Amino acid sequence: MSDPEQRNASRFTQTNLVRKKLFCEKIAQFVIFLMTMAMVLPLLLIVGYLIYKASPALSLDFLFDLPRRGMRDGGIWPALLGTVYLVVVSLIIAAPIGVLAAVYLNEYAKENWFTRIINLAVINLAGVPSIVHALFGLGAFVLFAGIGRSILAASLTLAVMTLPVIIASTKEALSAVPMAFREACWNMGVSRWKTIRSVVLPNSISGILTGIILQVSRAAGETAPIMFTGAVFYKAIEKGDVFAYGLLDQCMALAMHLFTISTQVPNVDEAIPFATAVVLLGTVLVVNAAAIVLRIIIRTHKKW
Amino acid sequence: MEKVIEFVIRLCGISAVIFVFAIFGFVFWEGKGLLLGGEFDFWKFLTTKEWYPASESNPRFGVLALITGTASVTVLAMVIAVPFGLGAAIFISEFCGPRLREGLKITIELLAAIPSVVWGFIGLTIMNELIMKLFDAPIGLNVLNGAIILALMSVPIIVSISEDALKAVPDSYREAATGLGVTRWQMVYRVLLPAAKNGLLAAVLLGIGRAVGETMAVLMATGHAVNIPFDSEFPFFHTLDSVRTLTATIAAELGETARGSEHYQILFVVGILLFSITFAVNLTADLVVKGIKDK
Repeated sequence: MSDPEQRNASRFTQTNLVRKKLFCEKIAQFVIFLMTMAMVLPLLLIVGYLIYKASPALSLDFLFDLPRRGMRDGGIWPALLGTVYLVVVSLIIAAPIGVLAAVYLNEYAKENWFTRIINLAVINLAGVPSIVHALFGLGAFVLFAGIGRSILAASLTLAVMTLPVIIASTKEALSAVPMAFREACWNMGVSRWKTIRSVVLPNSISGILTGIILQVSRAAGETAPIMFTGAVFYKAIEKGDVFAYGLLDQCMALAMHLFTISTQVPNVDEAIPFATAVVLLGTVLVVNAAAIVLRIIIRTHKKW
Repeated sequence: MEKVIEFVIRLCGISAVIFVFAIFGFVFWEGKGLLLGGEFDFWKFLTTKEWYPASESNPRFGVLALITGTASVTVLAMVIAVPFGLGAAIFISEFCGPRLREGLKITIELLAAIPSVVWGFIGLTIMNELIMKLFDAPIGLNVLNGAIILALMSVPIIVSISEDALKAVPDSYREAATGLGVTRWQMVYRVLLPAAKNGLLAAVLLGIGRAVGETMAVLMATGHAVNIPFDSEFPFFHTLDSVRTLTATIAAELGETARGSEHYQILFVVGILLFSITFAVNLTADLVVKGIKDK
C-alpha cells in the first residue's frame, strides 16, 4: 500500500462515529482487563499474606510434631496423617467406580433418555451441597450401615462426593481416543470389553490420572462431609507413627483441624492456624499443579 | 466372564443415579419422623423467623431468617461475581493471546481449587480486619464478608462455563461482524453476548448453586447470628449485619444433637430443603444448556 492511499484511508475512517467506537473499544478492553486482574490478584495477595503470617510457625518440625497444650503449640502430624488416610481410602473406593461409570457412559450407553438421566444425575451429584453429603454420610454409612464414625465412613462419604470429578475427566479422556482405534480392534474380532481394556484405557490413562489427581485435591480440602462421619477434634497418636489409624478408627484431618483451631480453641498463637492453612492450601495447590502439568504433557505428546 | 464385567460396568454407570436417590432417601429417612409426624407445619417452618430448636419448653423451628441469610449472601455474591466473571470470560475468550489465555485459565483453575475451609479462614482473619478498618464496623463477620468470599469462590465456575458458551458461538458470526467493520467490543456486545445468552445464564445458575450450597466458608465468615438483614430503614439491605445460612446452621448444630430428637430431625429437614433448592437450580441450568444444543 502506498503512502497517500493510507492517508486517504485514515481520513476516511476518522469520522466522529469511528472515533467514538474506537474510544469505547479502548475503555471496554481496559475495564475487562481490570476485571480479570481483580480475580488473579486476590489469589496472589492471599497466598502471599498467608505465607507471611504463617512464617513464624512454618518448619519441617511443624509437619511432623504432635499438637500440644490443647492445640496451642506443636505441630499437625495427626491431622496430616488423617488427611492422607481419608484421601487414600476414598480414592480406592471412588476411582474404580468413577472410571467404570465413565466407561459405561462413553463406550456402552446409547443416546437415549436413560443416558440423559445418568448425565443429569452426575451433574446434580456434583451440585449437592457438601453439608447435605455430610447428612447422607451420617444417615447411610454411620447409622444405617452401622460402620460408626470412622475413617471408612468418612472416606465413603468423600468418595460419593468426589465421584463426579473422576467421571467427568475420565469421560473426556475416553472420548479423545479416536473411533478408528476401536474399529480396528473390533475388526480383528476382539470383544467390546477386551477392546476397552487393551486399546481404549491404555490410550487414555494420562487423562484418567488427571481426574484422579483432581479427586485427591478435592477430597483433601473438604471439611463438612467428614465433620460428622469420622473426623474428630483431637486424637492422640505417636509422633511419626505412620500406621497410627485403623480403618474403623476416628481420625484428625487437616481441613477439620484448621476449622477447629481457628474457631473453637481460644488463645491460639496466631501463626499456628495460618501455618495450618498454608500447609492445606499448599498441598491442594501442588496436587492441582501436578494435574495441570500432566495435562500439558499429554497435549504436547499426543500420538494421534 | 465378559458378561460379568459388562454387568459391573453397567452397575457403576448407574451409580450416580443410585447415589442421588440414596442421598435424598437417607436424608429424608432421618428427618421423616418430624416431617410426617402430623404436628409439623411446613408452611410455618418456611415463613416464621424464630429459630429456637434447642429450647426445652417451647422449641420453635422457623427458617425464614436462615433462608434470608442464605439469599442475602448469595445475591450479594452474585452481584459481585457475575460482572467480574463475565468480564473475565470475555477477556479470556476474545481479547487475549493464547499464552496469556493459558496462564489465566490455570490461575482460575487454582482459584477454584482452594478449599472452602481456607476461604472461611481468609474471611475470618484477613477480610474481617479489612472490613472493620474500611467500614468502621464493630465486627467484620457479616453479609459483605461472606458475599465477597462466596464471589471469589463462585467466579471460577462462572468464568469457565461462560467461556465455553462464548467459544461455542460459531466463528462465522465473528467473521460476519468483523466484515461489517465493527470493533471487538461491539462484536462482543451486539453479537456474542446475545448468541451465547443461554450458556451465560447457565453459568450464573451454576454459580448460584455453588453459593447456596457452600458451607464452611459462610459458617466462618458471616458471623453466625440468626438475623434478617433487611428492614424498612434506609438502606433497607444492611450488608454489615451478621447473618446465618441454612448450610451453616446444619454444620454448627448437628454435632450437639441426639439422634432422633426433634432438633436432630429438623436439621435433616433443612437438608432436604437445601437439596431441593440446589437440585432445582442445577436442573434448570442443565435444561437451559440443553435448550441451546437442541436449537
